[in-house]
Amino acid sequence: MSGLRAWLTEPVPHSRAQARAQAWWLAWCAFRANPMAMLGLGLVLLLVLVALSAPWIAGRSPFEQDLANRLSPPSAEHWLGTDELGRDIWARIVWGSRITLAIVGIVVVIVGPLGLLVGTVAGYLGGWVDTVLMRLTDVFLAFPRLILALALAAALGPGIENAILAIAVTAWPPYARLARAETLTIRNSDFIAAAIVQGASTPRILLGHVVPLCLSSVIVRLTLDMAGIILTAAGLGFLGLGAQPPAPEWGAMIATGRQYVLDQWWVAAMPGAAIFLVSLGFNLLGDGLRDVLDPKRGAG
Amino acid sequence: MRVLLLVLRTLGTLALTFFGLLAVTFVIGRVVPIDPVLKIVGDRALPEVYERVRQELGLHLPIWQQFLLYLQKVLAGDFGRSALTGQPVLADIARFFPATVELATAATLLGVLLGVPAGVVAAVHQGRWPDHLVRLLGLVGYSVPVFWLGLMGLVLFYAKLGWVEGPGRLGVAFEDLLEPTTGLLLVDAALAGEWEIFENALGHLILPASVLGYFSLAYISRMTRSFMLAELRQEYVTTARVKGVPEWRVVWRHALGNCMVPLVTVIALSYGSLLEGAVLTETVFAWPGLGRYITDSLFNADMNAVLGGTIVVGCVFIGLNLLSDLLYRLLDPRART
Repeated sequence: MSGLRAWLTEPVPHSRAQARAQAWWLAWCAFRANPMAMLGLGLVLLLVLVALSAPWIAGRSPFEQDLANRLSPPSAEHWLGTDELGRDIWARIVWGSRITLAIVGIVVVIVGPLGLLVGTVAGYLGGWVDTVLMRLTDVFLAFPRLILALALAAALGPGIENAILAIAVTAWPPYARLARAETLTIRNSDFIAAAIVQGASTPRILLGHVVPLCLSSVIVRLTLDMAGIILTAAGLGFLGLGAQPPAPEWGAMIATGRQYVLDQWWVAAMPGAAIFLVSLGFNLLGDGLRDVLDPKRGAG
Repeated sequence: MRVLLLVLRTLGTLALTFFGLLAVTFVIGRVVPIDPVLKIVGDRALPEVYERVRQELGLHLPIWQQFLLYLQKVLAGDFGRSALTGQPVLADIARFFPATVELATAATLLGVLLGVPAGVVAAVHQGRWPDHLVRLLGLVGYSVPVFWLGLMGLVLFYAKLGWVEGPGRLGVAFEDLLEPTTGLLLVDAALAGEWEIFENALGHLILPASVLGYFSLAYISRMTRSFMLAELRQEYVTTARVKGVPEWRVVWRHALGNCMVPLVTVIALSYGSLLEGAVLTETVFAWPGLGRYITDSLFNADMNAVLGGTIVVGCVFIGLNLLSDLLYRLLDPRART
């Protein structure tokens, strides 16, 4: 351990890999000093852990009905109580974490590259390509996000794939804007000019030189946005446009719990608390990452 | 000359955005797996009838002509008929919209009246407990699902404590007693001098408006804080202090006064996002507004109503963006050039 530490803190790095590792180590040290960010990281890791180990910690199946024990309050037997079909709410929340994680993951995988592509191409090429792409982005930005996602999900039919698609279609424009702004600041740098003189092709310059430099701000923005994605997905689920029953999606669980909320509050309260904790985790993590990776914008 | 150019540019952007909105709603309307002809004639209609209705709707035309037809209709204010209510969609929207405006306005008022002072206090006490408290409140606001907060609010303040009235806009006993003039219940009741109705309506409004207002508070207080932090570092603040201006005057008049321009933009934008949040809040509180109209229509596969509602909300959104931009130019002399 001490060897690794010495290698990481050596004043003069001997290789590229070591320099890169040292930069990461410094960022990690700064991040570690922020207790709120560490709390966020903890919450997000907890979500991943719960999703991975669902079969072992859920205790029972999320679909197993027990009509004799329906709507029973939290107890030693059922930690978080049971729902209207006697299903264990704890088990459903644990299995539902996989759905939440999958939605966030897939949306991020679609939105990040798409926004990067549109933004860097627009910023680097400039001219009419820039005008067309940015007008398109502006049109999408001018929409109310949830309403557009709602109309899209309604048109495509309810279901988790369509909900993911609807969220992704409405979520990419801010990334395109961000990537374009970053690209504009580096487009005229000497190292880009050097690459052009050496005969590098446009795709090569974009992928090899421009995209990596835009990456950190896009990642920070994505982390901050994940809470929003989770809340939108839960909202679509709540309205019946997301994952369909009997899937244990958290928003849909709140929707069924709504009928019983005045007497059996826990049916709706527990999944809502889960959504809250997870999006809080992503918000804290995003704030922390922004402070570390992007110190110039940390004041807000 | 410069002003004229600016106006032309703004109008151009506006037209383009509006065109984009219509194009997107048109595409959404096309991908729906519902046959609009069957929806009208029913599935036992004769083939001739089916064909005639199809021609009437213009569905035999090439797609770009259909789009032109759609543009023409929408620009004339014709969103088609709602299959659910049987009324023209525009008339429906005119009936439901005031409820949403009332809710969003009340929420914004709460957000501004509480959020701006909270942000100022946080900035003045940067790094101490008032700052942490405001930050925590904002963080919770960014992380909590609005529909869940509404449900829990109903359980606590309506069912358990009985402090507020339940879902809906008015108690059953008061319904239809008031002739709508503006459609805003509080205003109508006050104009008619019906204070009992006013009180009841206020009791219904307070909880959904607080839930929605909390989100605007989270946003406004965060932005106010960062604007104020930037202002308080300026030299004119030091100058004012050195000249012996009382501290409250430095903070609330000098510094906050200079934050007003960006704050107006923030408030206009938050009003727009409240219209969105209203969709979920209205569902929870059975609030008969535009959001609930859209979701209700959604479940009855009433695409005319859904798309009409989307266009109207989109237009309000675009309008608010434009308004905040114009206000910014108007209020800040530096942005005028």
